[in-house]
Amino acid sequence: MVKTLPFEEPVIQLRDKITELKDFTSNADVDLSTEIQQLEDRLQKLETDIYDNMQPWDRVQVARHPERPTTLDYIREIFTDFIELHGDRSYGDDEAIVGGIAAFNGCPITVIGHQRGKDTKENIRRNFGMPHPEGYRKALRLMKQAEKFNRPIICFIDTKGAYPGKAAEERGQSEAIARNLVEMAGLKVPVISVVIGEGGSGGALALGVANHVHMLENSTYSVISPEGAASILWKDSSLAQQAAEAMKITAPDLKQMGIVDEIIQEAVGGAHRDTKQQAIYMKEALQRSIDTLSKLSKEELVNNRYEKFKSIGEFAE
Amino acid sequence: MIREIFSRNRKNKYATIPSNASKTDVPEGIMTKCPECKHIGLTKDLIKNKKVCPACDHHYKMTAYERVSIFIDEDTFVSMDDHLSTVNPLNFPGYTDKIKSDSEKTGLNEAVLTGTGLVNGRKVVVAIMDAHFRMGSMGSVVGEKITRAVEEATKQEVPFIIFTASGGARMQEGVLSLMQMAKTSVALNRHSERGQLFISILTHPTTGGVSASFASIGDINLAEPKALIGFAGRRVIEQTVREKLPENFQTAEFLLAHGQLDAVVHRSSMKETVSTLVKLHAKGGN
Repeated sequence: MVKTLPFEEPVIQLRDKITELKDFTSNADVDLSTEIQQLEDRLQKLETDIYDNMQPWDRVQVARHPERPTTLDYIREIFTDFIELHGDRSYGDDEAIVGGIAAFNGCPITVIGHQRGKDTKENIRRNFGMPHPEGYRKALRLMKQAEKFNRPIICFIDTKGAYPGKAAEERGQSEAIARNLVEMAGLKVPVISVVIGEGGSGGALALGVANHVHMLENSTYSVISPEGAASILWKDSSLAQQAAEAMKITAPDLKQMGIVDEIIQEAVGGAHRDTKQQAIYMKEALQRSIDTLSKLSKEELVNNRYEKFKSIGEFAE
Repeated sequence: MIREIFSRNRKNKYATIPSNASKTDVPEGIMTKCPECKHIGLTKDLIKNKKVCPACDHHYKMTAYERVSIFIDEDTFVSMDDHLSTVNPLNFPGYTDKIKSDSEKTGLNEAVLTGTGLVNGRKVVVAIMDAHFRMGSMGSVVGEKITRAVEEATKQEVPFIIFTASGGARMQEGVLSLMQMAKTSVALNRHSERGQLFISILTHPTTGGVSASFASIGDINLAEPKALIGFAGRRVIEQTVREKLPENFQTAEFLLAHGQLDAVVHRSSMKETVSTLVKLHAKGGN
């Protein structure tokens, strides 16, 4: 049973009612098919009403859904021959980031992504998808490796942020993130990043300096979590819902600001309701990006990334 | 010394009560008390000492123009992009007023001053962040000014030098602020690819998104003594790891000990150090 979110409560209740009625009619000697049909029409209308008018805070809930597909889910559904590669070669292996080599529609690629856990045990092992410096350094090592062998890089972004801990500071969290930003800027292969859940601050951006940046319809990308913004701006973290609206963190917001290239549609009710269907949408978007970017020369790829990020910002001159 | 004061007082047959007129004669801020050691001294002596406390060596915060006056050769600084101005992209209530008031207070259009100038006769492009302007936080204009400054350095084939002082990305411009980290990075990558020098000088405080982008990836990273430098705030870390952090945590000296800096340099020798580094990177020898 998938966890229900508050905003979709009416849909779920109506759907349960219909199932109940169907069960009842199959055992009893009454014909309620007209009534059921009416209810199903209503359900459809309600679904459209609710899922087509999702508020920023509703999307935040969907983006954080515990059953939302993670990097490893997409890797399993979309790629073949995946071999995970571990470690940063200087400190350790951070399981909050996974990466490796795989085939995408027959072509070798490097895939890297933040990895949340699906349950408490896995979350502890993966530090809730919040990387330490060695995670970012592993990611960079794999990107450089991809560049050497001339294969495209696909990054999945899904983190609340880089881990704010003592050890992370000691090992240079700032430098690790900063290094990735600068090195990604110069990669001579196509880089595609997709925000699949939460894109939290610098910890997300460290996998995000790409030629194409896509977002799943219900993912978020922000400089700070809505809770953090509310507590800094209004000294009250319970105002997160208002902050989610004010900060403009949803896929349509970022598309409008010219930061995101494409919004990838989600299965009705969110990606967690149909991972297989979601993987198909994802695969199509990735193929479109690879087709476009593989036409560019090495120099054009670097210039393309330069122009893309250079143009972001709003000011008066 | 204390005894002297008492004995002098004893000799005095009368005391002088300052009149109201003489009180107002003394300009405000003539004396400054060190926030670290409480030493009180003449402000003009403090400025002569490059705003370093003569008693305890505390490095006071500096405004961008004060930094120009001690770092760039006299009358050689030419500022760039003073015409850029901040808009309110997310329509945050009160944001425009805050920018306006900080702008009046500091005489800057935004939290960074950029320009060209000479350091002991050698041309550089410099960017100086000013923590008196919205905590030195980085929004669209700060990102754009730094990016243009880097591009200018690349074009002129001269070193790019930045003094960082920032609380991080600017909340009121949301994700646009975050993206300035990437924007400045693409420019620095190109500067580096052309074999050009970038020196980052981290001053108090350099945290968050600024620490996690250009500040930490100079060819050479220097810092002023005791400067606070870090990714996450002390309070956030203490709440996360539930332990008390050491007193020197996230200071320049702490970072030096953990391999994150090339050197901690006293303000009095910063110009000489940087000018020597620039000289040693001069094309074709010197």
